[in-house]
Amino acid sequence: MTIHVHGAGLRHGQVRALEAVSLRIDKGERVAIIGPSGAGKSSLLHLMATAVQPSSGHLELFGEQPWALSSGARQRLRARIGLVHQAPPLPPRQRVVTAVLAGRLGQWGTLRGLLNLVYPTDVPGARQVLAELGLADKLFVQCGQLSGGQLQRVGIARALYQRPEVLLTDEPVSAMDPVLAEHSLALLNRHAQANGVTLVASLHAVELALAHFPRVIGIREGRVVFDCAAHAVSEQLLDALYANEQLASPVVQGPTLTVQIPRC
Amino acid sequence: MLKADARDPALLPRLLFTLLALAVLWPGLQLSELNPGVLLQAENREQIANFTRAFWPPAHDAEFLQLLYTATLQTLAVATAGMALALLLAIPTSLLASRALSLRAASRSGRAGGWSRLVRMPVRGLLIFLRSVPEIVWALLFVRAVGLGPTAGVLAIAITYSGMLGKVYAEIFESVDQRPAHALMQGGSGRLAAFGYGILPSAVAELVSYTVYRWECAVRASVVMGFVGAGGLGQQIDLSMRMFAGGEVASMLLAFFGLVLLADLLSRFLRGRLA
Amino acid sequence: MNRLVNLLVISAIVAAVVASFGYLQLDLHALVGDGGLGQMGEYAGRFLHPDLSTEHLRAVGHGALETLAMSGLGTLLAMVLGMLLALPAAGRFGWPLQSVARLLLNALRAIPELVWAALTVLAAGLGPNAGTLALALHTAGVLGRLFAEALENAPVEPAAAIRLQGGGQVAAFCFGTLPNLWPQLLAYSLYRWENNIRMASVLGFVGAGGLGQMLYTTLSLFQEAQASTVIMAMLVLVLLVDAFSDVLRQRYVRA
Repeated sequence: MTIHVHGAGLRHGQVRALEAVSLRIDKGERVAIIGPSGAGKSSLLHLMATAVQPSSGHLELFGEQPWALSSGARQRLRARIGLVHQAPPLPPRQRVVTAVLAGRLGQWGTLRGLLNLVYPTDVPGARQVLAELGLADKLFVQCGQLSGGQLQRVGIARALYQRPEVLLTDEPVSAMDPVLAEHSLALLNRHAQANGVTLVASLHAVELALAHFPRVIGIREGRVVFDCAAHAVSEQLLDALYANEQLASPVVQGPTLTVQIPRC
Repeated sequence: MLKADARDPALLPRLLFTLLALAVLWPGLQLSELNPGVLLQAENREQIANFTRAFWPPAHDAEFLQLLYTATLQTLAVATAGMALALLLAIPTSLLASRALSLRAASRSGRAGGWSRLVRMPVRGLLIFLRSVPEIVWALLFVRAVGLGPTAGVLAIAITYSGMLGKVYAEIFESVDQRPAHALMQGGSGRLAAFGYGILPSAVAELVSYTVYRWECAVRASVVMGFVGAGGLGQQIDLSMRMFAGGEVASMLLAFFGLVLLADLLSRFLRGRLA
Repeated sequence: MNRLVNLLVISAIVAAVVASFGYLQLDLHALVGDGGLGQMGEYAGRFLHPDLSTEHLRAVGHGALETLAMSGLGTLLAMVLGMLLALPAAGRFGWPLQSVARLLLNALRAIPELVWAALTVLAAGLGPNAGTLALALHTAGVLGRLFAEALENAPVEPAAAIRLQGGGQVAAFCFGTLPNLWPQLLAYSLYRWENNIRMASVLGFVGAGGLGQMLYTTLSLFQEAQASTVIMAMLVLVLLVDAFSDVLRQRYVRA
């Protein structure tokens, strides 16, 4: 299996972010993680991306334990994992093309990486990946001049350009309007299916999760509450998950709004 | 979709800029005869090592320490007296140079009239002139004019720092909220009164803070001016360096660091207290 | 209580000022009275006829270019050296190196440029090389400390994200931290350049070349007319650099 989390716990000081989480995700699976705010969705994704070390239990990626590896080997492992942050960490004065090309820094040598800082060597490649997200005309714009939704799409573009085997996305569509969010999630899923990429996404909007992902994991207060197929997720499960949250009713929207996204 | 080319629009400007930088760098290197390697050459290392070896032990005989003490006091006195004179010149010039006192500006919401600009421009020009010539040049001139000793230093600081203080004071006056002063002037009060009641209260904290900071710089400048004969610690360091008396230079450098530290502490205390 | 302490502080300051004048035995009256003012006036008058012959202007022009080169290259060198020292000083390479780097930076900036120039003239001989090195060493200390502070306050997320996708340390720094830091670094460096153009003129006094050396020699030989040209050149240089650095600031250091 590609990702195997075994009894992992995570503490941030006094706060228990994750508690005895165990799950297995195989290659090519597409999984959505849902849960109330502060449940630990981001923490779980960061754990799987090896951004933080579990305080208990262990993590296995591609059959290896990343925290038992040497630093160099771990870096090579990380190049095969792409993490899309909820708030894209892009310097405001950097241009979009440079930010996207930075996705392959883990695969390029230092010299080629530094060259791309001053002169982008693969503009067509960056353009192609941005075009799918509707941002091709923003290629040479500075990141600081983009809106929140556009910035999130650049973050996704960077991860796509990286061509990782595992794509972990942390609230990838939180700043987008519903139509754009729908389109971006569809794009991510298509990409995952076409290239055999393992896709894990944490989402706030339950409808989107149930509509696009075949497998859904529910997290509450750092623990896995349920882990089943999307069609098996019932109202009771969702009520238990979001108890005390202002959720009117678990809306399972029928699929798809067929809307044309203007490309130019 | 339009077929866009794969060229980076920033390529040409960046390339031009790099070429320009190289074109300027090459003669620059020639003119400055830059060669950091000389510091590492064997015989120069030998010389530096010999020089710095003489630093230990720092001279500490009673007679020398007495000399050191008087020199340090002299430096402090030069800085303080120089600042006092600078203030004497800076305060009136800053009032003249600042648009904050313009009567026209009071009624035209901040825009001064043509006449006042005619008066203020030369005053501003004077202030810029006073602060652009390095103080050590003034010191050198004054040493030639009034002889060696601390007087030259005091006058040099007075002149340069009056320019600096004057310009910054004028800017501070213009940067605080102008409406109280404008209101007073429109109500018929005189300019100075409007200044005193309208601008001064809001500006005083920043004024004091900057003045104390400048005093601290003046202490360091006094030492540097001593090198050209303006008395104090700097003159003594220069004398000892010429005599290659490493131990004396070492003690004086230590005294200098101590002085700078003291001035820094005093400056922070005063700024905390008065501003 | 507070007012009392403030009053005491102010009276202490006034007392200090009076004591300073007394200590120095500055007899300003003697200075300006008894024809003293007349003497100074006459001395100043000798400067009012600057020597503008082509030969002298060429020499002054060369000196000005030398001073400009000294200040520019000195600041440039200081930027590089300062950055190199700022990385360990901000704690990027562990605690012991941080202490060493900070100590080095403090030593570099505590020693004034003129003292450095005396040392470099000793080591490298007379001429602009010594001046450039002296400026570079002192400014490296100042810039290094400012850079280290800016580094410590820079957000870590962009660089961490690059590390997380397998990028190396160098790449993470250049793509993540440097773009955020660059305007601030440039602003500090331009400010130091404005300061260095004034200092470069002065370092000539200890033999480090440029306009300063010309001024020293002309004044020592009582050639006031020539000295006056040099002073005018210094003024023009300072104003030019101030204006140019202002332009660069507007262009590249937008907040």
